Amino acid sequence: MPVYVLVVNGLKSFREVSLSRMWALPADLSFDSFAAAYARLRPNVLNSVRLVVPATVLAAVVGSLNGYVLAHWKFRGADLLFPLLLFGMFIPYQSVLIPLVQFLQWAGQTLGVQLYGTIGGLVLVHVVYGIPITTLIFRNYYATIPADLVEAARIDGAGFAGIYRHVVLPLSAPAFVVVAIWEFTAVWNEFLFAVTITSHPARQPVTVALQNLAGSQIVEWNVQMAGALLAALPTLLVYIFLGRFFLRGLLAGALKG
Amino acid sequence: MSRARDRLPAVLVLVPSVVAVGVFVYGFIGWTAYVSLSGWTTFIPDLSFVGRRNYVELFQTFRFQADLRNTVVFTLTFLAACLVLGFLLAVLLDQRVRGEALFRNVFLFPMSISFIVTGVVWQWLLNPSTGINLLLEHVGLGVLRSPWYTEPRIAIFSVVLAATWQLSGFTMAMYLAGLRGIPEELLEAARVDGASEWALYRYVVVPLLAPITLSAVIVLGHISLKIFDLVFAMTGSGPAFSTDVPGVFMFETTFRGNRFAEGAAIAIVMLLLVAVLIVPYLWSTTRQEART
Repeated sequence: MPVYVLVVNGLKSFREVSLSRMWALPADLSFDSFAAAYARLRPNVLNSVRLVVPATVLAAVVGSLNGYVLAHWKFRGADLLFPLLLFGMFIPYQSVLIPLVQFLQWAGQTLGVQLYGTIGGLVLVHVVYGIPITTLIFRNYYATIPADLVEAARIDGAGFAGIYRHVVLPLSAPAFVVVAIWEFTAVWNEFLFAVTITSHPARQPVTVALQNLAGSQIVEWNVQMAGALLAALPTLLVYIFLGRFFLRGLLAGALKG
Repeated sequence: MSRARDRLPAVLVLVPSVVAVGVFVYGFIGWTAYVSLSGWTTFIPDLSFVGRRNYVELFQTFRFQADLRNTVVFTLTFLAACLVLGFLLAVLLDQRVRGEALFRNVFLFPMSISFIVTGVVWQWLLNPSTGINLLLEHVGLGVLRSPWYTEPRIAIFSVVLAATWQLSGFTMAMYLAGLRGIPEELLEAARVDGASEWALYRYVVVPLLAPITLSAVIVLGHISLKIFDLVFAMTGSGPAFSTDVPGVFMFETTFRGNRFAEGAAIAIVMLLLVAVLIVPYLWSTTRQEART
């Protein structure tokens, strides 16, 4: 029973999106509402792309380097540092939002770097708050690289950078895929930072635009539904094609490796 | 172990992240706590110290009391629904059913969607005059019609339903991974001893999966305590604040009402709720890792 309900609802909410009427099948397939939604949301989808790509790349690179250090370069205090880092993954972002907005505005006023209200500012925010999770995934992955391998490279005279470049990095592809999917999904779907930091409609990512679209009384609901599908499509596609990694990333994030 | 000249770059690599997280997480939390003790109640920053006043007033407001009740109800029902449903689905899929991969993907795909999308879609699905009610009419089950989120007493459960739809697949995936990790011989041995399937699950499988249950509780619990976007998109505060949660209240107070000190106080209460759940968990896992 619950299985059935879940499947039906899962498929339902999406099958209906493309319907022109409620539960009835469409008399003729039309992409009108989809086209209308796309016309409306196109700039915001582009914003989301411009946000997600750099944020994902940067968070992954930083996470990889951090994970490498934490997994293979033991130092005093690491055992304390790591949980302090991880705590940043769980906090309600409401608890940093007010200073964050003040900081971004201050950066614009005194440093001349426009971060408040811009995609650039959102990228920065997502990279910083993405560090804990990306570091965790990379660290757990790098911990599975045998210490003997690293030690052998050391004996061969490789240093910190050499070991990373010649031993660790070539083995990193799976972890990069997992982290990239994770970050892509998380940043694409994120709403709180987006709605707080970008107030100008032309600068907003797609989640905020969709929320505004759904809240408006004048937009037909089939366009709203098409918009919802449009906003969900990129992550869905990633998920359909790379679902195995997606799941692995989830479990790594949840079950600590 | 490492040589001294390589220690330096190793530490230098970490420094930017440590500083960034230090400032953006811990520094900002400290600042929020400070703001929550200030008299900043308009658009113009006012950092005069007023002490506990904001907290005292906050806990006296009807809306915040409703929020706390809603958070507790939401968290408990959402957790129970996800765990039970996730476990049942995992057990069913573990019977090596045909098309298992397809089912797994179907159940998991809500996971990849934004809470905003889920909220928008479910808002429409549970709209009393259309959506599911209409479907029930169509198939002659009109008696099962429900007012869903328009009725204060059950509104919160409409949100629980949407959240469960989104995350029970994830819970299932976790349990499935756990079930696959249980050695077949163990189950066989119990069966040979004459254990019924029911007893097998009750006394062998469920206890073995306890670590998974704990992880799921941590993940789902912290999501649930800070839930914002789903509620915001689906119902907002609901009739008589019946679906209001601290996340929504904080956002509206701070960024729509410019009552920054009060918003900061709500945020700190949220942080404490999550910390009560997370800190012991982080502490114990770190201790375990240190021993290995």
